[in-house]
Amino acid sequence: MTTARISYDTVEVGTEVPMREFRVNRADLVRYAGASGDFNPIHWNEKFAKEVGLPDVIAHGAYTMAQAARVVTEWAGDPGALVEYGVRFTRPVVVPNDDKGALIEIGAKVTAKLDDEARTVRLDIMATSAGQKVLGRARAVVRLA
Amino acid sequence: MALDQSFVGRTYPPTAAYEVGREKIREFAESLGDTNPVYTDPEAARALGYPDVIAPPTFIFTITFKAAGKQVVEDPQLGLDYSRVVHGDQRFEYTRPVRAGDHLSVTSIIDSIKSLAGNDILSVRGEVHDKAGDHVATSFTTLVARAADAEVEESR
Repeated sequence: MTTARISYDTVEVGTEVPMREFRVNRADLVRYAGASGDFNPIHWNEKFAKEVGLPDVIAHGAYTMAQAARVVTEWAGDPGALVEYGVRFTRPVVVPNDDKGALIEIGAKVTAKLDDEARTVRLDIMATSAGQKVLGRARAVVRLA
Repeated sequence: MALDQSFVGRTYPPTAAYEVGREKIREFAESLGDTNPVYTDPEAARALGYPDVIAPPTFIFTITFKAAGKQVVEDPQLGLDYSRVVHGDQRFEYTRPVRAGDHLSVTSIIDSIKSLAGNDILSVRGEVHDKAGDHVATSFTTLVARAADAEVEESR
């Protein structure tokens, strides 16, 4: 069952989901830590993060992954249309302790029409922060209307 | 200090059921700044054919990661050094979205153990089922325990 807004028939390989910007600051990470239950201090404690060799506090990989999913689910129109979704965490999103935090830019592109009957397409997701690719092999399979 | 290969294939007992609440889903969606009403408004969710609010797709990770953490990562016999563990990659296969009212149980399985350049690479699968025993989603998590003297950047 899916009530995706996008129709399989209108989508072509190369169809792009426009790039979006997400800003993340320390307070966002604290809020996400509480909501997700992942209290690893590398996500909120600068002293600890540096002691384990990180440049500063870093965003939860799953936080970045969640924002990247949002780009796809909002395009599709129904979060339940997601059939498969995976990413590799290639670089950390470093979140400085200032009023700006970090900027993550996320976009996607349809790279395959997988199954005419199941009406599934594959999207490749691009996510960067501070000019660096932060997700690798980021792919979603979505069932369209 | 490579991990013991005999742990590959080990299946841990299903976790006690996690009861998914509407307000927990709301809290999770708000932490992402995601205002999609399907996460907070039962009427909006019903309009898409769901019986109650659904959770953002990565919400399931909070449940599977906890299961993997408690059972696998902290398994004293396995001996993974958690202070050096980073999340390498993550994939989900969904049968249906998680929704409020679900009682979800996770069965964690060690799919593979590899050693690369001194890093231990552990792949854990979490099979998530609801109270009726129906499959909801599968989580594939790769954890990398960095070698003691490795720089973070090198392992990423």
